[in-house]
Amino acid sequence: MELHDIISIRDLSKSKINHILKVSEDMEKHGARKNKYLDGKILATLFFEPSTRTRLSFETAMGRMGGSSIGFSESGTTSTSKGESLKDTIRTVESYADAIVIRHPQEGSARLAANVASVPVINAGDGSNQHPTQTLLDLYTIKRETGALKKNIALIGDLKYGRTAHSLAYALSMFGAKMTFISPKGLEMPEEVITDLAKFNTKIEETNDLEGSIPGLDVLYVTRIQKERFPDPEEYEKVKGAYKITLKTLESAKKNSIILHPLPRVDEIAPEVDATKHARYFKQVHYGLPVRMALLGLVMGALD
Amino acid sequence: MKGVKVKRIENGTVIDHITGGQALNVLQIIGVHKEYPKAVLTVAMNVPSKKMGTKDIVKIEGRELKAVEVDKISLISPNSSINIIRDFEVKEKKDVSLPKTVEGVLKCDNPNCITNFEATKTLFAVEEISPLKLRCSFCERTMSEREIIKQF
Repeated sequence: MELHDIISIRDLSKSKINHILKVSEDMEKHGARKNKYLDGKILATLFFEPSTRTRLSFETAMGRMGGSSIGFSESGTTSTSKGESLKDTIRTVESYADAIVIRHPQEGSARLAANVASVPVINAGDGSNQHPTQTLLDLYTIKRETGALKKNIALIGDLKYGRTAHSLAYALSMFGAKMTFISPKGLEMPEEVITDLAKFNTKIEETNDLEGSIPGLDVLYVTRIQKERFPDPEEYEKVKGAYKITLKTLESAKKNSIILHPLPRVDEIAPEVDATKHARYFKQVHYGLPVRMALLGLVMGALD
Repeated sequence: MKGVKVKRIENGTVIDHITGGQALNVLQIIGVHKEYPKAVLTVAMNVPSKKMGTKDIVKIEGRELKAVEVDKISLISPNSSINIIRDFEVKEKKDVSLPKTVEGVLKCDNPNCITNFEATKTLFAVEEISPLKLRCSFCERTMSEREIIKQF
């Protein structure tokens, strides 16, 4: 399969996504055993913004496949701080590396990097726009843990600013999932995103009522509500409580329903929920590895 | 043109079949006030048209429109036709058509888009024609017709 860059979920067709998920499954079967698919290859991880999971999982994936990584995890230590343009940074790095993973605060930066670079570029987050590898690992988790993507799925929390929620909603629409958007007033899914989903004839329900929605759901995808979005701290405290997943919230949940979260979580899921069968967010982190192995192998032409 | 008195021009450009009501936006988009501040202009608006219901017409004396200006017109009036006049005769006739992508002409409205930080040509995909909606190929945000016209 031809797959050179991973910039936006919008670039991927349903069949390409299915193929990526299939290769991810093959990679998962390898487990922690090292393979040689990317023997001698070098990955550059350019993190102009901080990240824990994404950068570490890409570097681990590279190591598992026999390759190695170079890069930085904050732009203060690079020539960018001297005013170097992103284009020049990319032109420099591409002569050292076989592929580039980039996280950058400006929207569209990964696309620009891909236009400049001759080596493959993977977007690990461009401002508030896209984080396609997170979306792919979310899809993989839903498929592995529930058996299908065409499920009743709720996206919960800050749906206005969360890039994860936007790209996941887009991808799930392609697969015919039924979606419920549950958010506090003022943090609803933007109208523009909803209009965009209409082309897939997706069944969408919007509500502020978390408890009332729980019984019908197969998947609860919880996102963080950021304090800084609220001008009034009291308002934040109220909202925070109403959208928190606790053991009580889950009393009416389907037995097989699962809870996912892109992490980091603050307090939107109570710690005691971690011990329930519903909690799959750490499993979700675990699945990030095979998915990123598959993507690295595919873009560098070592897997097909 | 029956019943509308518009003088023929000797040399210049006639933009015909402009979507009714868009003539002033067409002038703004071409930047007539900056590019051709002294040009003699004739503007006819809401002229009855068999094909279009109503249409607008703009005549610019002594100026022939450049290709990039024609591209800009296509953004808000995709069915216009451009006639280049020399010695009172139509020497060239071009039908404007809205391309699938718009390159370099516009600035992205998203202040945090990388194209507003790095020297690079902007690129937009045309998502809807009327009213116009473009999507930035870099940051993926959309721009409405109103936001686009504001740029000129």
